Amino acid sequence: MTESYAPRDWSSQPPYLHPDYKSTVLRAPTRKLIPIRQSLSEVTGPVYGHDRLGALDADLTRNAVKGAEPIGERIVVTGRVLDEDGRPQPNMLIEIWQANAAGRYVHVVDQHPAPLDPNFLGGGRCVTDSEGRYKFYTIKPGAYPWGNHHNAWRPAHIHFSLFGPSLSTRLVTQMYFPGDPLLPFDPIYMGTPADCRELLISRFMLELTEPSFALGYEFDFVLRGRRQTPIE
Amino acid sequence: MSKLRQTPSQTVGPFFAYALTPEQYGYDFASIAGGVLAEGDVPGERIRIEGRVLDGKGDVVPDAMIEIWQADGQGRYAHPADPRGSNIAFKGFGRVGTGTDPESRFIFDTIKPGPVDGQQAPHINVIVFMRGLLLHAYTRIYFSDEAEANARDPVLASVPAERRRTLIAIRDEKSDGAIYRLDIHMQGPSETVFFDV
Ligand SMILES: [Fe+2]
Repeated sequence: MTESYAPRDWSSQPPYLHPDYKSTVLRAPTRKLIPIRQSLSEVTGPVYGHDRLGALDADLTRNAVKGAEPIGERIVVTGRVLDEDGRPQPNMLIEIWQANAAGRYVHVVDQHPAPLDPNFLGGGRCVTDSEGRYKFYTIKPGAYPWGNHHNAWRPAHIHFSLFGPSLSTRLVTQMYFPGDPLLPFDPIYMGTPADCRELLISRFMLELTEPSFALGYEFDFVLRGRRQTPIE
Repeated sequence: MSKLRQTPSQTVGPFFAYALTPEQYGYDFASIAGGVLAEGDVPGERIRIEGRVLDGKGDVVPDAMIEIWQADGQGRYAHPADPRGSNIAFKGFGRVGTGTDPESRFIFDTIKPGPVDGQQAPHINVIVFMRGLLLHAYTRIYFSDEAEANARDPVLASVPAERRRTLIAIRDEKSDGAIYRLDIHMQGPSETVFFDV
Protein backbone atom coordinates (compact mmCIF):
# COMPACT_ATOMS: atom_id res chain seq x y z
CA MET A 1 0.00 0.00 0.00
CA THR A 2 1.40 3.40 -0.96
CA GLU A 3 0.43 6.91 0.02
CA SER A 4 -1.02 9.22 -2.58
CA TYR A 5 -0.70 12.99 -3.02
CA ALA A 6 -3.05 15.77 -2.01
CA PRO A 7 -4.90 17.36 -4.92
CA ARG A 8 -3.56 20.36 -6.76
CA ASP A 9 -4.83 23.53 -5.10
CA TRP A 10 -6.31 25.17 -8.17
CA SER A 11 -6.92 28.38 -6.23
CA SER A 12 -3.17 28.95 -6.07
CA GLN A 13 -2.48 28.24 -9.74
CA PRO A 14 -2.80 30.39 -12.87
CA PRO A 15 -5.51 29.39 -15.34
CA TYR A 16 -4.52 27.80 -18.63
CA LEU A 17 -6.25 30.58 -20.56
CA HIS A 18 -5.06 34.05 -19.59
CA PRO A 19 -5.62 36.22 -22.70
CA ASP A 20 -3.34 39.05 -21.50
CA TYR A 21 -0.57 36.51 -22.06
CA LYS A 22 -1.22 36.11 -25.76
CA SER A 23 0.45 32.73 -26.31
CA THR A 24 -2.13 31.10 -24.04
CA VAL A 25 -4.93 31.78 -26.52
CA LEU A 26 -4.00 29.06 -28.99
CA ARG A 27 -2.18 26.79 -26.57
CA ALA A 28 -4.41 26.51 -23.50
CA PRO A 29 -6.46 23.32 -23.30
CA THR A 30 -10.13 24.27 -23.65
CA ARG A 31 -11.80 21.13 -22.31
CA LYS A 32 -12.16 20.35 -18.65
CA LEU A 33 -9.35 18.22 -17.27
CA ILE A 34 -10.40 14.67 -16.53
CA PRO A 35 -9.62 13.66 -12.95
CA ILE A 36 -7.36 10.67 -12.57
CA ARG A 37 -7.44 8.38 -9.59
CA GLN A 38 -3.81 8.15 -8.50
CA SER A 39 -2.16 4.84 -9.26
CA LEU A 40 1.44 3.69 -9.19
CA SER A 41 1.89 5.76 -12.36
CA GLU A 42 1.17 9.03 -10.54
CA VAL A 43 2.79 8.38 -7.15
CA THR A 44 6.11 7.40 -8.69
CA GLY A 45 8.33 9.72 -10.70
CA PRO A 46 11.88 10.31 -11.89
CA VAL A 47 14.53 10.16 -9.18
CA TYR A 48 17.76 12.09 -9.67
CA GLY A 49 20.34 12.36 -6.93
CA HIS A 50 23.76 13.80 -6.27
CA ASP A 51 25.36 11.27 -8.60
CA ARG A 52 24.03 13.20 -11.60
CA LEU A 53 25.52 16.53 -10.61
CA GLY A 54 28.70 18.12 -11.90
CA ALA A 55 30.94 19.80 -9.31
CA LEU A 56 30.03 23.33 -10.42
CA ASP A 57 26.41 22.75 -11.44
CA ALA A 58 25.05 24.87 -8.58
CA ASP A 59 27.45 27.75 -9.17
CA LEU A 60 26.47 29.65 -12.30
CA THR A 61 29.19 32.21 -11.63
CA ARG A 62 31.77 29.50 -12.34
CA ASN A 63 30.15 26.69 -14.35
CA ALA A 64 30.73 28.28 -17.76
CA VAL A 65 33.74 30.51 -17.30
CA LYS A 66 36.11 30.78 -20.25
CA GLY A 67 38.94 32.54 -18.48
CA ALA A 68 37.13 35.44 -16.82
CA GLU A 69 34.26 35.95 -14.41
CA PRO A 70 30.77 36.67 -15.70
CA ILE A 71 29.65 40.29 -15.62
CA GLY A 72 26.97 41.38 -13.20
CA GLU A 73 25.84 41.40 -9.60
CA ARG A 74 26.65 38.11 -7.82
CA ILE A 75 23.75 36.71 -5.81
CA VAL A 76 23.04 33.71 -3.58
CA VAL A 77 19.62 32.13 -4.03
CA THR A 78 18.75 29.67 -1.31
CA GLY A 79 15.75 28.24 0.50
CA ARG A 80 13.88 25.05 1.18
CA VAL A 81 11.62 22.67 -0.66
CA LEU A 82 8.66 21.81 1.57
CA ASP A 83 5.35 20.11 1.09
CA GLU A 84 2.16 21.89 2.05
CA ASP A 85 2.28 20.30 5.50
CA GLY A 86 5.66 21.93 6.06
CA ARG A 87 7.64 18.72 5.65
CA PRO A 88 11.11 19.23 4.14
CA GLN A 89 11.72 17.43 0.85
CA PRO A 90 15.27 16.05 0.86
CA ASN A 91 17.24 14.76 -2.15
CA MET A 92 15.14 16.62 -4.72
CA LEU A 93 16.62 17.76 -7.99
CA ILE A 94 16.22 21.46 -8.80
CA GLU A 95 17.12 22.81 -12.23
CA ILE A 96 17.37 26.51 -13.05
CA TRP A 97 17.86 28.72 -16.09
CA GLN A 98 17.97 32.46 -16.57
CA ALA A 99 19.09 35.40 -18.66
CA ASN A 100 22.45 37.06 -18.04
CA ALA A 101 22.91 40.43 -16.34
CA ALA A 102 22.03 42.20 -19.60
CA GLY A 103 18.76 40.32 -20.02
CA ARG A 104 20.01 38.02 -22.77
CA TYR A 105 19.53 34.26 -22.90
CA VAL A 106 22.13 31.95 -24.40
CA HIS A 107 19.31 30.24 -26.32
CA VAL A 108 19.83 30.69 -30.06
CA VAL A 109 16.31 31.94 -30.70
CA ASP A 110 16.69 34.84 -28.26
CA GLN A 111 16.94 37.83 -30.60
CA HIS A 112 17.18 40.55 -27.96
CA PRO A 113 20.13 42.73 -29.06
CA ALA A 114 21.79 42.75 -25.63
CA PRO A 115 25.28 41.30 -25.23
CA LEU A 116 25.95 37.65 -24.54
CA ASP A 117 28.44 36.99 -21.77
CA PRO A 118 31.08 34.50 -22.90
CA ASN A 119 31.59 33.45 -19.28
CA PHE A 120 27.97 32.81 -18.41
CA LEU A 121 25.61 30.04 -19.50
CA GLY A 122 22.71 30.64 -17.15
CA GLY A 123 21.86 27.00 -16.49
CA GLY A 124 22.40 25.08 -13.27
CA ARG A 125 21.11 22.40 -10.96
CA CYS A 126 21.43 21.05 -7.46
CA VAL A 127 19.87 18.52 -5.11
CA THR A 128 18.29 19.46 -1.78
CA ASP A 129 20.04 18.38 1.41
CA SER A 130 18.55 16.34 4.26
CA GLU A 131 16.57 19.40 5.45
CA GLY A 132 15.25 20.20 1.98
CA ARG A 133 17.68 23.09 1.50
CA TYR A 134 19.19 24.18 -1.79
CA LYS A 135 21.66 26.90 -2.70
CA PHE A 136 22.73 28.47 -5.98
CA TYR A 137 25.33 31.11 -6.73
CA THR A 138 24.52 33.10 -9.82
CA ILE A 139 24.38 36.53 -11.43
CA LYS A 140 21.28 38.65 -11.01
CA PRO A 141 19.39 38.36 -14.31
CA GLY A 142 18.38 41.47 -16.24
CA ALA A 143 14.91 42.38 -17.47
CA TYR A 144 14.28 41.66 -21.13
CA PRO A 145 11.77 42.78 -23.77
CA TRP A 146 9.35 40.37 -25.44
CA GLY A 147 6.72 40.56 -28.12
CA ASN A 148 3.54 40.06 -26.11
CA HIS A 149 2.40 43.69 -26.51
CA HIS A 150 3.89 47.11 -27.19
CA ASN A 151 6.85 47.81 -24.89
CA ALA A 152 6.47 44.53 -23.01
CA TRP A 153 9.32 43.67 -20.61
CA ARG A 154 9.69 40.61 -18.43
CA PRO A 155 10.65 41.44 -14.85
CA ALA A 156 13.95 39.91 -13.77
CA HIS A 157 13.35 36.24 -12.98
CA ILE A 158 14.95 32.84 -12.60
CA HIS A 159 13.19 29.77 -14.02
CA PHE A 160 12.98 26.74 -11.71
CA SER A 161 12.09 23.11 -12.41
CA LEU A 162 11.43 20.57 -9.64
CA PHE A 163 10.19 17.00 -9.79
CA GLY A 164 9.37 16.54 -6.14
CA PRO A 165 8.78 13.00 -4.94
CA SER A 166 6.33 11.96 -7.67
CA LEU A 167 4.94 12.73 -11.10
CA SER A 168 2.04 14.56 -9.47
CA THR A 169 4.30 17.01 -7.60
CA ARG A 170 6.08 18.26 -10.74
CA LEU A 171 6.57 22.03 -10.62
CA VAL A 172 7.98 24.48 -13.14
CA THR A 173 7.88 28.10 -12.03
CA GLN A 174 9.68 31.43 -11.99
CA MET A 175 11.17 33.34 -9.08
CA TYR A 176 11.05 37.14 -9.10
CA PHE A 177 12.88 39.83 -7.12
CA PRO A 178 11.37 42.12 -4.47
CA GLY A 179 10.40 45.62 -5.52
CA ASP A 180 10.66 45.02 -9.26
CA PRO A 181 8.65 47.83 -10.91
CA LEU A 182 7.86 45.61 -13.91
CA LEU A 183 5.84 43.05 -11.94
CA PRO A 184 2.40 44.70 -12.23
CA PHE A 185 2.86 44.99 -16.01
CA ASP A 186 3.83 41.36 -16.56
CA PRO A 187 0.93 39.16 -17.70
CA ILE A 188 2.79 35.96 -16.78
CA TYR A 189 3.29 37.02 -13.18
CA MET A 190 -0.18 38.66 -13.07
CA GLY A 191 -1.76 35.46 -14.37
CA THR A 192 -1.30 34.04 -10.88
CA PRO A 193 -4.23 34.52 -8.46
CA ALA A 194 -3.73 37.85 -6.62
CA ASP A 195 -3.43 36.31 -3.16
CA CYS A 196 -0.65 33.96 -4.31
CA ARG A 197 1.54 36.28 -6.37
CA GLU A 198 3.84 37.12 -3.50
CA LEU A 199 4.68 33.42 -3.23
CA LEU A 200 6.70 33.95 -6.42
CA ILE A 201 8.81 36.79 -5.03
CA SER A 202 12.09 36.07 -3.27
CA ARG A 203 13.04 37.88 -0.09
CA PHE A 204 16.25 39.88 0.24
CA MET A 205 18.06 38.67 3.38
CA LEU A 206 21.05 40.43 4.88
CA GLU A 207 21.69 37.27 6.92
CA LEU A 208 22.18 35.32 3.71
CA THR A 209 24.26 38.02 2.08
CA GLU A 210 27.93 37.09 1.93
CA PRO A 211 30.16 40.02 2.94
CA SER A 212 32.11 41.53 0.06
CA PHE A 213 30.81 38.80 -2.24
CA ALA A 214 27.10 38.35 -3.01
CA LEU A 215 23.61 39.56 -2.07
CA GLY A 216 21.37 36.92 -0.49
CA TYR A 217 17.84 36.05 -1.60
CA GLU A 218 15.61 33.44 -0.01
CA PHE A 219 12.94 31.51 -1.87
CA ASP A 220 10.99 28.47 -0.66
CA PHE A 221 8.97 26.02 -2.72
CA VAL A 222 5.80 24.34 -1.52
CA LEU A 223 4.78 21.11 -3.22
CA ARG A 224 1.62 19.07 -2.85
CA GLY A 225 1.42 17.11 0.40
CA ARG A 226 0.80 13.44 1.02
CA ARG A 227 -2.50 12.07 2.07
CA GLN A 228 -3.55 8.93 3.79
CA THR A 229 -5.88 7.47 1.19
CA PRO A 230 -3.95 4.57 -0.24
CA ILE A 231 -3.71 4.19 -3.98
CA GLU A 232 -5.71 1.55 -5.80
CA MET B 1 -2.37 22.82 11.36
CA SER B 2 -2.87 25.28 8.55
CA LYS B 3 -1.41 24.23 5.28
CA LEU B 4 1.11 26.21 3.30
CA ARG B 5 -0.09 27.40 -0.11
CA GLN B 6 1.23 25.42 -3.05
CA THR B 7 3.75 27.39 -5.12
CA PRO B 8 2.07 28.69 -8.28
CA SER B 9 3.27 27.31 -11.59
CA GLN B 10 4.68 29.58 -14.31
CA THR B 11 5.35 28.83 -17.94
CA VAL B 12 8.55 27.03 -18.98
CA GLY B 13 8.90 29.81 -21.59
CA PRO B 14 10.77 29.58 -24.90
CA PHE B 15 14.35 29.45 -23.57
CA PHE B 16 14.57 26.25 -21.52
CA ALA B 17 16.77 24.24 -23.88
CA TYR B 18 20.30 25.12 -22.72
CA ALA B 19 19.46 23.98 -19.19
CA LEU B 20 16.79 21.28 -19.53
CA THR B 21 17.64 19.66 -22.89
CA PRO B 22 21.16 20.99 -23.52
CA GLU B 23 22.75 18.02 -25.29
CA GLN B 24 19.86 17.66 -27.74
CA TYR B 25 20.22 21.32 -28.72
CA GLY B 26 24.02 21.33 -28.81
CA TYR B 27 24.78 23.38 -25.70
CA ASP B 28 27.89 22.71 -23.65
CA PHE B 29 26.13 21.39 -20.54
CA ALA B 30 25.31 17.80 -19.56
CA SER B 31 21.70 16.62 -19.88
CA ILE B 32 20.12 14.60 -17.10
CA ALA B 33 17.79 12.94 -19.62
CA GLY B 34 17.05 12.88 -23.34
CA GLY B 35 15.11 11.02 -25.98
CA VAL B 36 16.85 7.68 -25.58
CA LEU B 37 15.52 5.74 -22.60
CA ALA B 38 16.69 2.25 -23.49
CA GLU B 39 20.32 1.56 -24.18
CA GLY B 40 22.38 -1.61 -24.12
CA ASP B 41 20.53 -4.77 -23.33
CA VAL B 42 17.55 -3.51 -21.33
CA PRO B 43 14.94 -6.26 -21.57
CA GLY B 44 11.74 -5.46 -23.42
CA GLU B 45 10.44 -4.67 -26.87
CA ARG B 46 12.28 -1.72 -28.46
CA ILE B 47 9.89 0.91 -29.72
CA ARG B 48 9.99 4.46 -30.95
CA ILE B 49 7.38 7.01 -29.95
CA GLU B 50 6.97 10.07 -32.10
CA GLY B 51 4.52 12.87 -32.61
CA ARG B 52 4.00 16.57 -32.94
CA VAL B 53 2.38 19.19 -30.76
CA LEU B 54 -0.26 21.33 -32.50
CA ASP B 55 -1.85 24.57 -31.39
CA GLY B 56 -5.43 25.76 -31.82
CA LYS B 57 -4.77 26.84 -35.42
CA GLY B 58 -3.28 23.47 -36.28
CA ASP B 59 0.22 24.94 -36.44
CA VAL B 60 3.06 22.76 -35.23
CA VAL B 61 4.60 23.95 -31.95
CA PRO B 62 8.41 24.06 -32.29
CA ASP B 63 9.17 25.16 -28.73
CA ALA B 64 7.40 22.60 -26.56
CA MET B 65 9.11 20.28 -24.10
CA ILE B 66 7.74 16.78 -23.59
CA GLU B 67 8.57 14.56 -20.64
CA ILE B 68 7.66 10.91 -20.39
CA TRP B 69 7.66 8.64 -17.36
CA GLN B 70 7.09 4.94 -17.77
CA ALA B 71 7.43 1.50 -16.28
CA ASP B 72 9.94 -1.04 -17.55
CA GLY B 73 9.07 -4.01 -19.79
CA GLN B 74 7.70 -5.85 -16.78
CA GLY B 75 5.55 -2.94 -15.61
CA ARG B 76 7.83 -1.82 -12.77
CA TYR B 77 8.74 1.79 -11.96
CA ALA B 78 12.25 2.81 -10.92
CA HIS B 79 10.99 4.57 -7.80
CA PRO B 80 10.91 3.69 -4.09
CA ALA B 81 7.08 3.66 -4.08
CA ASP B 82 7.22 0.63 -6.38
CA PRO B 83 8.38 -2.17 -4.07
CA ARG B 84 9.24 -4.42 -6.99
CA GLY B 85 12.13 -2.24 -8.20
CA SER B 86 12.93 -2.12 -11.89
CA ASN B 87 15.61 -3.08 -14.34
CA ILE B 88 18.74 -1.37 -13.07
CA ALA B 89 19.60 -0.02 -16.50
CA PHE B 90 16.16 1.44 -17.16
CA LYS B 91 15.29 4.73 -15.49
CA GLY B 92 11.99 5.28 -17.27
CA PHE B 93 12.30 9.04 -17.76
CA GLY B 94 12.71 10.90 -21.05
CA ARG B 95 12.71 14.58 -21.95
CA VAL B 96 12.96 16.26 -25.34
CA GLY B 97 12.22 19.60 -26.89
CA THR B 98 10.42 19.88 -30.23
CA GLY B 99 12.94 22.43 -31.54
CA THR B 100 15.58 20.26 -33.21
CA ASP B 101 13.67 17.85 -35.48
CA PRO B 102 12.99 19.22 -39.00
CA GLU B 103 9.30 18.37 -38.53
CA SER B 104 9.27 19.60 -34.91
CA ARG B 105 8.52 16.11 -33.64
CA PHE B 106 9.27 14.70 -30.22
CA ILE B 107 10.99 11.33 -30.59
CA PHE B 108 11.65 8.79 -27.85
CA ASP B 109 13.50 5.51 -28.25
CA THR B 110 12.40 3.29 -25.45
CA ILE B 111 10.89 -0.05 -24.60
CA LYS B 112 7.22 -0.87 -24.46
CA PRO B 113 6.12 -0.72 -20.83
CA GLY B 114 4.45 -3.73 -19.27
CA PRO B 115 1.16 -3.43 -17.38
CA VAL B 116 1.85 -1.73 -14.03
CA ASP B 117 -0.93 -3.36 -12.05
CA GLY B 118 -3.80 -5.75 -12.53
CA GLN B 119 -6.10 -3.10 -13.95
CA GLN B 120 -4.37 -0.62 -16.21
CA ALA B 121 -3.34 -1.22 -19.80
CA PRO B 122 0.29 -0.52 -20.72
CA HIS B 123 0.77 3.23 -20.94
CA ILE B 124 3.29 6.05 -20.81
CA ASN B 125 2.73 9.10 -18.65
CA VAL B 126 3.32 12.39 -20.45
CA ILE B 127 3.84 15.96 -19.29
CA VAL B 128 3.56 18.80 -21.80
CA PHE B 129 5.30 22.15 -21.27
CA MET B 130 5.56 25.16 -23.56
CA ARG B 131 5.55 28.90 -23.85
CA GLY B 132 1.90 29.86 -23.41
CA LEU B 133 1.15 27.10 -20.90
CA LEU B 134 1.20 28.67 -17.47
CA LEU B 135 0.79 25.23 -15.93
CA HIS B 136 2.07 21.99 -17.43
CA ALA B 137 -0.50 19.53 -18.81
CA TYR B 138 -0.62 15.79 -18.08
CA THR B 139 -1.71 13.21 -20.61
CA ARG B 140 -1.02 9.54 -21.36
CA ILE B 141 0.00 7.43 -24.33
CA TYR B 142 -1.68 4.05 -24.79
CA PHE B 143 -0.93 1.54 -27.57
CA SER B 144 -3.15 0.64 -30.52
CA ASP B 145 -2.17 -3.04 -30.42
CA GLU B 146 -3.45 -3.41 -26.84
CA ALA B 147 -7.14 -3.15 -27.70
CA GLU B 148 -8.19 -5.77 -25.19
CA ALA B 149 -6.26 -4.25 -22.28
CA ASN B 150 -7.33 -0.74 -23.34
CA ALA B 151 -10.96 -1.82 -23.22
CA ARG B 152 -10.54 -2.76 -19.55
CA ASP B 153 -8.43 0.25 -18.53
CA PRO B 154 -10.11 2.33 -15.79
CA VAL B 155 -8.53 5.62 -16.89
CA LEU B 156 -9.61 5.19 -20.51
CA ALA B 157 -13.04 4.20 -19.24
CA SER B 158 -13.29 7.56 -17.45
CA VAL B 159 -12.74 9.36 -20.76
CA PRO B 160 -15.73 9.96 -23.08
CA ALA B 161 -15.60 7.25 -25.74
CA GLU B 162 -15.22 9.68 -28.64
CA ARG B 163 -12.12 11.26 -27.09
CA ARG B 164 -10.20 8.06 -26.25
CA ARG B 165 -8.49 8.00 -29.62
CA THR B 166 -6.55 11.14 -28.59
CA LEU B 167 -4.65 8.93 -26.13
CA ILE B 168 -3.90 5.91 -28.32
CA ALA B 169 -0.70 5.85 -30.37
CA ILE B 170 -0.92 4.01 -33.67
CA ARG B 171 1.56 1.20 -34.20
CA ASP B 172 3.53 1.19 -37.43
CA GLU B 173 5.54 -1.98 -38.02
CA LYS B 174 9.09 -1.30 -39.27
CA SER B 175 11.89 -3.72 -40.02
CA ASP B 176 14.00 -2.40 -37.12
CA GLY B 177 11.19 -2.11 -34.57
CA ALA B 178 7.76 -0.60 -34.17
CA ILE B 179 7.04 3.10 -34.29
CA TYR B 180 4.05 4.45 -32.40
CA ARG B 181 2.72 7.80 -33.54
CA LEU B 182 0.50 10.20 -31.66
CA ASP B 183 0.10 13.96 -32.04
CA ILE B 184 -0.80 16.16 -29.11
CA HIS B 185 -3.52 18.66 -29.96
CA MET B 186 -3.79 21.51 -27.47
CA GLN B 187 -7.19 22.57 -28.84
CA GLY B 188 -9.65 21.84 -31.62
CA PRO B 189 -11.92 18.92 -32.50
CA SER B 190 -9.13 16.45 -31.74
CA GLU B 191 -8.07 18.15 -28.52
CA THR B 192 -5.98 15.72 -26.51
CA VAL B 193 -7.42 14.54 -23.23
CA PHE B 194 -5.50 16.17 -20.38
CA PHE B 195 -5.80 14.88 -16.83
CA ASP B 196 -6.06 16.42 -13.40
CA VAL B 197 -3.42 14.18 -11.88
FE1 LIG C 1 12.49 33.89 -18.89
